[in-house]
Amino acid sequence: MSHRETSMSPAELGWIERHLLNDFQHGLPLEPRPFQIMAERLGVSEQEVIDLLRRLQNEGFVSRVGAVFRPATVGASTLAAMAVPEERLEEVAGVVSGYPEVNHNYQREHRFNLWFVATAADEEHLRRVLGEIERRTGLPVLYLPMLEDFHIDLGFELQWT
Amino acid sequence: MWDSALRYDGPMTDAASDTSDAPPRLDALDRAIVLATQGGLPLDPRPWERVAEQVGVDAAEVMERVRRMLENGCIRRIGAVPNHYALGYRANGMTVWDVPDERVRELGGKVGRLPFVSHCYHRPRHLPEWPYNLFAMVHARTRDEALRLVEEIARLLGDADRGHQVLFSTRILKKSGLRFRDRDRDGRA
Repeated sequence: MSHRETSMSPAELGWIERHLLNDFQHGLPLEPRPFQIMAERLGVSEQEVIDLLRRLQNEGFVSRVGAVFRPATVGASTLAAMAVPEERLEEVAGVVSGYPEVNHNYQREHRFNLWFVATAADEEHLRRVLGEIERRTGLPVLYLPMLEDFHIDLGFELQWT
Repeated sequence: MWDSALRYDGPMTDAASDTSDAPPRLDALDRAIVLATQGGLPLDPRPWERVAEQVGVDAAEVMERVRRMLENGCIRRIGAVPNHYALGYRANGMTVWDVPDERVRELGGKVGRLPFVSHCYHRPRHLPEWPYNLFAMVHARTRDEALRLVEEIARLLGDADRGHQVLFSTRILKKSGLRFRDRDRDGRA
């Protein structure tokens, strides 16, 4: 799936939506009624918070409301890259994206022009998938697993100007 | 075409490596909670209760497990996950840096703390084709804005920057939320 085209522009978002997006990227209260607590902080009703989050999700501005798991919390994953001849890009991208184990696949401006993330239950399964992609395409896959994660993930400061 | 010399033979994930960074083990209930929540929490007044019903324990137990996973780092954060692209951040630059291996932890820590960097990882080099060992994702509205941020990283790294590149994405070919599947149910046809 590619990103969802939104019918709304980000500039049309109201202040409550902006606060929901910016202030609650982390720290969703671990309480029985988290949206009620968010609502109190914003001075709106619980139902309003839920409806706005649902709308932000439907419009594609929010991918989901929930936990961001550390990579490799469950299973094994890796970033991988391929240098695909321009005329084969569609075909190879199709092969790669066809695997349910591949959850991101981007074209980038570089000799290594195809970048994807593959995730599987274990390392053996992951190696099998990458090996299969190499065999099916006849192109080598650059394995770039994460060795260490340096990011302290508190979300991302959104700017609205 | 290059051959298997490019192949990385080390561990595929940090979980398998011996860095002190390896994630803690999860038990069956933790895994069930991860599986039930990875696509997002139900937008319901009592979301933990809905999750609890799915995994067969009470909401207090679910919240306690989630609290523990937050503490031990399995969960990085809980909240609204914005779609940068939809919000107008269309210049998505993967910056890659060749820094001395013995300084990668120190420098990675600094780069990872920059407010405009959304991910920062140490990854293996593949010489000679791929000399870069530090990756940092930069999101901006325009390429010019992204390139200014890259310059900021370069200034921070100083002499340790022995070479870098920015790879802008030109097309999103597939993007689905991360989906872990249960080992039992896993396996392609």
